[in-house]
Amino acid sequence: MLITIQVNNKKLKAEKGDTILSALYSNGIVIPTLCRMKDFTPAGACRMCVVEVEGHDRLVTACSQPVEEWMKIWTHSPRVINARKTIVELLLSNHPDDCLYCDRNLNCELQRLSEELNVREKRIRGKKIKSRLDQSSPAIVRELSKCILCGRCVRICEEIITSTSLDFINKGMQTHVGTALDRDFNFSSCIHCGQCVLVCPTGALHEKHNITEVQEYLNKSAITKIIQYSPIVPAGLAEALGVKYNKEFDKIVNAVLRKIGFDKVFTTGTGTDICIKELSDRLSERIKNREESPLIISACPAWVKYAEQFLPSLIPQLSTLKSPQQITGVLIKTLVAGQAGLKPEQIFSVSVTPCMAMKFEARREGMTRKGISDVDSVLTVRELARLIKLYGIDVANIGYEPADEPMEGRSSSAALAEVSGGMTEGIIRSLYFMKVNKDADKQVFKKLRSGNSFREAVIKIGETEVKTAIVDGLTGLDKLKSSLASGIKYDLVEVMTCPGGCVRGAGMPFLKSGDEIKNRIKVVLQADETEAVNLPCKSPVLLNLYEKYLTSAKEISDRKIFYTHFEKRNVLL
Amino acid sequence: MEDLKKFLVEKVLTFESDTLLPETEKKLQQIRREKISTPVIYLASGTGSIIAGSEKTFLAIRSYLDDNGTVSDLVRVGCSGPANFEPFLCIQLPGKNKLFFRNITEEKVEPLLNGIFHNDINEEDLAGQKGTRGFEMWPGIPFLEELPFFSRQKRVVLENCGCYDPENIDEYIARGGFRAFVKAIRHYTFEEVCTIVEKSGLRGRSGGGYPAGLKWKQALNTGSSSRYLICNAKESDPGAFTDRTILESDPHRLVEGIAIASYAIGASSALIFLRYGSEHARFRIQKAIDNAREYGLLGHNIFQSGYNLDIEIRIEPGAFVCGEETALISSLEGKRGMPKLKPPYPTTAGLFGKPTVINNVETLMNVPLIMQNGPEWYRSLGTEKSPGTKVFAITGKCRITGVVEVEMGTEIKTILEDIADGIKEGKEFKAIQLGGASGSFITSDNLDITIDYEVMKEKNISMGAGGFVVVDENTCMVDLVRYYMEFMRHGSCGKCIPCREGTGRMLEILEGVIRKPSNDDSGTTLERFKGVMQLENIASVMKDTSLCGLGQTAPNPFISALKNFREEFEEHIFDRKCRANICRGLRTFSIDVDKCTGCTACASKCPVNAIYGTRLQPFFIVVEKCTGCGICFDICKFSAITVK
Amino acid sequence: MSTDIESIFKKYKQGRREYLIPLLQEIQNDLGYLSEEAIVRVGSFVGLSTTKIYGLATFYDQFRFVPSGKVQIKICHGTSCFLNGSQSVTDKIKEETGIIPGQTTRDGIFSYEIVTCMGGCNNGPLISINGEYHTGVKAEQLPDLIRKLRFIIEND
Repeated sequence: MLITIQVNNKKLKAEKGDTILSALYSNGIVIPTLCRMKDFTPAGACRMCVVEVEGHDRLVTACSQPVEEWMKIWTHSPRVINARKTIVELLLSNHPDDCLYCDRNLNCELQRLSEELNVREKRIRGKKIKSRLDQSSPAIVRELSKCILCGRCVRICEEIITSTSLDFINKGMQTHVGTALDRDFNFSSCIHCGQCVLVCPTGALHEKHNITEVQEYLNKSAITKIIQYSPIVPAGLAEALGVKYNKEFDKIVNAVLRKIGFDKVFTTGTGTDICIKELSDRLSERIKNREESPLIISACPAWVKYAEQFLPSLIPQLSTLKSPQQITGVLIKTLVAGQAGLKPEQIFSVSVTPCMAMKFEARREGMTRKGISDVDSVLTVRELARLIKLYGIDVANIGYEPADEPMEGRSSSAALAEVSGGMTEGIIRSLYFMKVNKDADKQVFKKLRSGNSFREAVIKIGETEVKTAIVDGLTGLDKLKSSLASGIKYDLVEVMTCPGGCVRGAGMPFLKSGDEIKNRIKVVLQADETEAVNLPCKSPVLLNLYEKYLTSAKEISDRKIFYTHFEKRNVLL
Repeated sequence: MEDLKKFLVEKVLTFESDTLLPETEKKLQQIRREKISTPVIYLASGTGSIIAGSEKTFLAIRSYLDDNGTVSDLVRVGCSGPANFEPFLCIQLPGKNKLFFRNITEEKVEPLLNGIFHNDINEEDLAGQKGTRGFEMWPGIPFLEELPFFSRQKRVVLENCGCYDPENIDEYIARGGFRAFVKAIRHYTFEEVCTIVEKSGLRGRSGGGYPAGLKWKQALNTGSSSRYLICNAKESDPGAFTDRTILESDPHRLVEGIAIASYAIGASSALIFLRYGSEHARFRIQKAIDNAREYGLLGHNIFQSGYNLDIEIRIEPGAFVCGEETALISSLEGKRGMPKLKPPYPTTAGLFGKPTVINNVETLMNVPLIMQNGPEWYRSLGTEKSPGTKVFAITGKCRITGVVEVEMGTEIKTILEDIADGIKEGKEFKAIQLGGASGSFITSDNLDITIDYEVMKEKNISMGAGGFVVVDENTCMVDLVRYYMEFMRHGSCGKCIPCREGTGRMLEILEGVIRKPSNDDSGTTLERFKGVMQLENIASVMKDTSLCGLGQTAPNPFISALKNFREEFEEHIFDRKCRANICRGLRTFSIDVDKCTGCTACASKCPVNAIYGTRLQPFFIVVEKCTGCGICFDICKFSAITVK
Repeated sequence: MSTDIESIFKKYKQGRREYLIPLLQEIQNDLGYLSEEAIVRVGSFVGLSTTKIYGLATFYDQFRFVPSGKVQIKICHGTSCFLNGSQSVTDKIKEETGIIPGQTTRDGIFSYEIVTCMGGCNNGPLISINGEYHTGVKAEQLPDLIRKLRFIIEND
């Protein structure tokens, strides 16, 4: 029901029951906010969105106050502007003054607010609370001096990721965000997914940088520099650099990477294809042997750490196949090294991912072979964008180049795997094709593609029924646990930590308008619709790999290099 | 014991008629000790009394009675008199008026009792006699009621305090206790009880003054399967001890008030949120609840009325902010005590999302009286907009301190000059701080303000929960404001920016103002000025935008002090002087060479070795080293040290 | 230690967050402080992460994380005591012991906390030492008092 309100002396319409903030947004009026997160209930912590409302003595927060008929609101009266400015100044009085050295320089919400509110003088000074630097996690760095205590990271870790690794400690000005018993990240139950980094308004939480390391190695002429990137990276890179994306953008990315100085460029999609093929073979065996427990996909490293900590009973069911990044990495260090006549120590292998937990995964002890890591360094899409700018590469004026053999191409299932439910779809489609020798009907997989955080689907392949479950974001784990407890038997289970899948990974560019996720998913789905090779078993790259290379090299023909192990972790839960 | 309980339940509590049988009345008179055959000694036993030594007095009296074989009842009662009178003792000889004695520490017991039992009253410690009809007057002894401390009060909420043993429910029932509750649950609907309280005009006594009956109706009218009543007995305001006194002196009436209020809102579960550290109060209120349960006043289907109620005590674990309603609820839910956004208000969605009413101890203490005497009686007290009385905890530099109760509409001047008997040691009055750390100052210009919610709101003064602090010329207003700001900074929960950063910064700026000037270089001086100019702005933004009452009222002492004592602030900031000689950093001590004998007493005690000289020659103080602690000033026997 | 906590757990229903604070209070009354083990075990009993329990416990003034000293001092910082000079008493205690509220001296003897208004407003400044009240305390008396207490504890 529409009602009339008056904003800045102008009559506007608003939906009854809306908050003042949403009523203003729907009328195109924007007021600053800081602690607000889309789709979360308002916290009322920052007080930035205050407005003047007739009849109220004090200023009122727009994020929480519902509109009423004939409400008179002033959004930018002198009193309101002074209040907002003073609040930002109070924040700045307890904030380090090193914007120029900060990770979020030019991209920081606090910076933007001080600019918007015309803060030009240090009117409020005071002691800055001591800083604490936590660099113990391979993926996330915590700089507590920059934290403005908006509480977004706490809420995301509790409500979306459900590991509740962060909370406020102490009170008043001594408050800081910390982990259990105020230890560093490596003692805590943090799964390194990095979603907290995506929501942090300042540089208090940011990724651990590997750019400097990569730069160092790029300068070493004796080392062969090899890079791989996952299928969604080109779309993410286009966003980060502000250029238009097209279907051939990955060829531009290949050219850019070579220009930076990498000797070989591969696509992680080949690894994904191997992953899908191996998993579909494994699944087929399990169905034939009528195994009781499900095969749980372990491509998401944050989910794996979560399971190792919180659900150790599920570890036996986790597929011990490495993730696509690691498979590609190990092939680089064995197959590609052998082909080029290099020793693994002479190779520096980098991977570009939309994910931050991959930085943690690359460091796992199970991801090394004879003491050499499969992947030496992991860069997020944001870091790659920085590297490109640093090297002054003009992306608009560069040619198209293919990736290097033998890992130069992928099927569209590999791209699909970066959306929640995509890898399951790829596996089932492969299985279907191998059994029935034709493509499955796309409609069958509709249930797997969108919807709630927990989805189930039963797909018929010939006479067999394959029961699958998708957990899209760890909030769906409760339903999975209760289903398993009540005796429901699944054949295949896929769990993704980031809601929506890797397209929403913490390594992708920061979300500005909110449409980015939709666009990324569109890119993936379009690839699946239009590309000719839609399954790994149809991919000439993969077939080549298996028939020619993997069988020939004795030390890797048993494919043991593709497998790792998982075990229960002892952390503060 | 069992017989007495049975008697009280059948013949008093559940007795159908409003008037009791004559035999019942007779027995109750006995329980109330209105007709005694042996002497009775009443000893005040609240925390204040215990600190003054009343437990030692108790033991001394006990051993005196045992040693001398004297037959006499010895009863511990609550607090009724000024805090200066503690340990406060009352002796009642059969047939005669009660005699009150003050400051009876253990060594005074023997001479006092010797005198009393041999009809020789020790005039020195005598406070007065209490006139009661039907009892013999003591000739030549002043009446206690004539002391302005008592005559100017209207003890309604506190009427039972000091009159009976707070650990004995029988005495409370004998005084008519719990009859109103039993009548309410048997003969009134929830709605009717709310209406009675609404008609009486009772307003919440925690400072807001929101009509209690209206609040109850809001909770009652919110459809829900369960509702909660929470009694806020937290009182962590510095300098307030009214709730604690009530809990220690008359816990049964509070239990009754909670029970009636719970009934009125249809709650079957009530919680008392009690302050951490008040063990004595906790013991007494827990005993009151246990006794009430034993007598069938709490539990299932109370006296066949169909109503269930149980009361639980929760100890608040130490956070000032938990006095705020939503923070209190968060704490009870097992979370960090951070306030939540309002709306929704607790009466709609409070504890566990159910309608919850939070009432202050004093508010609930009024409820049984209103039910017993009717709303019109309550309206006859106080003023039109603010009926009833208000309890204050008077403390500070006045001659008499303690818990008092005055009718609404009383002038503050009356409380200061009559009840508190003016400033002690002949010093000059400076201000009264009403409302604790969220309150404002009243100066000699507006002592004629009456205690009334509307009047005070108009003058921008907060009533507060009952803190009444009197300060004199030797109190530094800047230091006092700094003290309150430190308290608020410590209590701030840290959720919202204006309060969290604002209290911290204001405190730093105020501390900078009272810091020693010679340590400043030009950079820090400039910073100090800039900071000072920002104080008013930060204060007004905090008031305007903070999430909860703590942040909104934290700047009140500062704003009020600045308005009334601007000169003093400016002296501190610009002249670097403290006229009350309190701020250590701004004190300069110097030795008068004519008076100094060179005894070296000051030099040996100086913690920073700032005093130099040779023995038997005048010493001198090195100003740069001096921290202004004042030890030398206190220790000098020759008054040779002057402070500026 | 483990049996003590178990017997306390038996009094409460498992998995109920509203009993978290009374549970922690009882453990602290028993143990004297909240040990790390206690916090972890309370977390699994109530069904919340250790982070949440720790965040809750550090919010409130009552909870300690190191064992309290053999001599526990409470200093009243109510307004009346403040006006009578409790600030200098606090500063002196801080100086003599070298710790801040919530900590314990290295020899395990002293710990102190600041409370608001103990109720002895007429007899301030007020401190309580292991429950015993001391009225009208002056800063100068403290060095001797602390020395005496240390002597008593060390030679006990």
